[in-house]
Amino acid sequence: MGRKLDPARKEKRGPGRKARKQRGAEVELARFLPPEADPGQRKLSSHARRRSAKRRRAAGEEPRGGRQPGVKKQVSPSKEILPKKVVAQPPHCQSGFSDGNSKWLTPAKAKKIQSEDNNVELSSDGEEEEGIWEMEEEEEDGSSEEMVDDYGASSSDEEELLPIEKAALKQKSDRGGFSEDDSEEEEVAEEASRQKKGQKEEEGADLQLNMDVDEQFKLPTDEQIERETAEPPDLHIIHQRIKGNMEVLQDFGVKREEGRTRQEYLALLRRDMAAYYSYSDFLLKKLMDVFPLPELINFLEANEVPRPVTIRTNTLKTRRRDLAQALINRGVNLDPLGKWSKTGLVIYDSSVPIGATPEYLAGHYMLQGASSLLPVMALAPQENECILDMCCAPGGKTSYIAQLMKNTGMILANDSSAERLRSVVGNLHRLGVTNAVVSNCDGRQFPKVLGGFDRVLLDAPCSGTGVISKDPAVKTNKDEKDILRCAHLQKELILSAIDSVNAASETGGYIVYCTCSITVEENEWVVDYALKKRNVRLVATGLDFGKEGFTRFKECHFHPSLKSTRRFYPHTHNMDGFFIAKFKKFSNAIPKAQKGEEPAVEAASPLPVPDTIMELQSKKKKLEGSKVAKGQKKPQSALKKRHSLQAQRRPVKAGQPSPQVLRARVPTRKKRRVNQNEQ
Amino acid sequence: MRPLTEAETRALFEKLGKYIGENIQLLVDRPDGTYCFRLHRDRVYYVSEKLLKVATSIPRDSLVALGTCFGKFTKTQKFRLNVTALDFLAPYAKYKVWVKPGSEQSFLYGNHVLKSGLGRITENTAQYQGVVVYSMADIPLGFGVAAKSTQDCRKVDPMAIVVFHQADVGEYVRSEDTLT
Repeated sequence: MGRKLDPARKEKRGPGRKARKQRGAEVELARFLPPEADPGQRKLSSHARRRSAKRRRAAGEEPRGGRQPGVKKQVSPSKEILPKKVVAQPPHCQSGFSDGNSKWLTPAKAKKIQSEDNNVELSSDGEEEEGIWEMEEEEEDGSSEEMVDDYGASSSDEEELLPIEKAALKQKSDRGGFSEDDSEEEEVAEEASRQKKGQKEEEGADLQLNMDVDEQFKLPTDEQIERETAEPPDLHIIHQRIKGNMEVLQDFGVKREEGRTRQEYLALLRRDMAAYYSYSDFLLKKLMDVFPLPELINFLEANEVPRPVTIRTNTLKTRRRDLAQALINRGVNLDPLGKWSKTGLVIYDSSVPIGATPEYLAGHYMLQGASSLLPVMALAPQENECILDMCCAPGGKTSYIAQLMKNTGMILANDSSAERLRSVVGNLHRLGVTNAVVSNCDGRQFPKVLGGFDRVLLDAPCSGTGVISKDPAVKTNKDEKDILRCAHLQKELILSAIDSVNAASETGGYIVYCTCSITVEENEWVVDYALKKRNVRLVATGLDFGKEGFTRFKECHFHPSLKSTRRFYPHTHNMDGFFIAKFKKFSNAIPKAQKGEEPAVEAASPLPVPDTIMELQSKKKKLEGSKVAKGQKKPQSALKKRHSLQAQRRPVKAGQPSPQVLRARVPTRKKRRVNQNEQ
Repeated sequence: MRPLTEAETRALFEKLGKYIGENIQLLVDRPDGTYCFRLHRDRVYYVSEKLLKVATSIPRDSLVALGTCFGKFTKTQKFRLNVTALDFLAPYAKYKVWVKPGSEQSFLYGNHVLKSGLGRITENTAQYQGVVVYSMADIPLGFGVAAKSTQDCRKVDPMAIVVFHQADVGEYVRSEDTLT
């Protein structure tokens, strides 16, 4: 229990890897026991000091004489914090102080012993000592400033004094009398620590050298890098280097080193960041593509802290006000989530487990991230609609849909994992959702199983690069293949989602696509793909915050309407990284051009569109034909015109769309939109 | 998925009747559409006709749940009510028991209700009558069977059991996997 008290152990000073650990009880012990080396030194309380100051003032100029070095030596032990160190440096060699010359240290030892002897004598007449004390401090300040100049590689006081401390240690072991109580082990440890310190200073000196030359960051040489890879990484140095590197990159023209390219800087930055935040090189590269550099740092930092716990009130059973009151009575500290949500609450801290209160068990709220409320708000389900939630586990969004529909209409909650569906069933029952059917199908089969929905929510499975704070494993276990595999699956799913919607629905015809990933491959790319493959267009999500999606990314150009998609980031919105796109389907027909005109390109494109979809389409047409026939006629005629237009462009478009193509496309899209508005 | 047989319906209604009595009528004849009971993988689901139509088009193997699960038939064809039915039992319950805040937690961990934790109880509750258990804030917590009649409850010592535990909402956390 508690910390061990080992009186034999000496508290080590100075920085080091162990310095941050909680220290043993001997630290506190030192406060209570009189210091063995220089007794009487800590006698001054704050009151005494004040008194002494007063006395000094009264005495006037008298103690000014104390500035002479001889007097200083006598009095110096009374300095509170670092008496030995002060003593250890004779005035005449203050300037020549560096790591290499330890010669001067030897004479200092002798002096120190003397001074300590003096100290013992002096402490008897404390009056005089106290009187000069403050002057002494002034003196000391002056000298320490000088020292900074000498080897100010490190700015902190502790590091400055390292060699002195080293000297003190050495001296101790030399004299033997003082270090008799030190055990053999301790000496070994000290030796090791001394070595370590030495190393550090070396590195520090390197750094300092750089600073001296041009006052700015310099790329390390290959040897340095090699040396660094050999030994365990020093996070502090890496952090410093990231900072310096960033500064250079922000103002590259001015601060760059001659003959070094931006790529070299970026490569170093990436390697440092990967080491400091422990990301895989691949993922970091992806992130660097998405974010500008200062934002990237913010993003990486935001991923290190968890997002706030948020809950959603289940308005089927209670009201937010009542719930908040009930939870406050249980000792929960909470606040409304934000202006944009009428049901969300943020939990700051709680004296009870928030996932097991009687209110939770009675289904009054659902533990749910703030970001997962957004897609449902974008979906805006209406009462008495038919809604499909394609990947529903664990049922948070599904229950929110049910809540917005007031348990009317019908929700089909689907997920491909039977395991995860258990929690869906539990949550839906707990929250009192009665209008849901839970199925365990593969989302890609979808219009085959059931189609003609008013709205579809597709929360696609993704690589999870937006929720790294929740699952840090993502940092390292994702690579290009995983991302592309996700993207492929998402493209398949989004097509089936679009096909499952009935465009002629009076109230709906909307698809919301969302992922908790922030890579472009899984978001804009997929959306752009859907825009090409189906008769859908993007509409505003109805969320008044979030960043616009990319319309161009590296060499890719996406459809300009991708501006209406929304991206959410941990560092800007304090919620999980998220992407939301909302489509409106304007025709049930599937563009025919795919099949007839570009079989070769089709095969090469990342998603081979299966023939089944064509089948499904025909089947679905049969199904819906009678119902929709009237409503569909007009759009189809307009559509045919567009098909012919598209058919001409198709071969070029299937690959990466070139800017030319894009320009050619825009007017037709616009025209179509006008048509839509007329309808 | 199929409608319940005669025997199954009887077993179900007998069990429900213990808690909500003749209010079963209200469950079957609802003003907001027709509701019915369906059996799927030995579970009984209470579901609206509208939802039923949709569910029929989903393959039986991949249908997991629909509407509200009321309970399940055991291998010996007895019907066992599930805590998921609480939403429909609570509003129609004839006999209720309220537990004190202190013993709420104990009940939610699956323990019986003791006399010391008994806050209130409906008058003239008979022994072995099915009761719905509420917290003092009127949140339904589960249901059980009265171990003592209301009269007897007054006399027994504080550590005596007054309600036998059958189901409680803590099962949503404790046994999520076996709920349906």
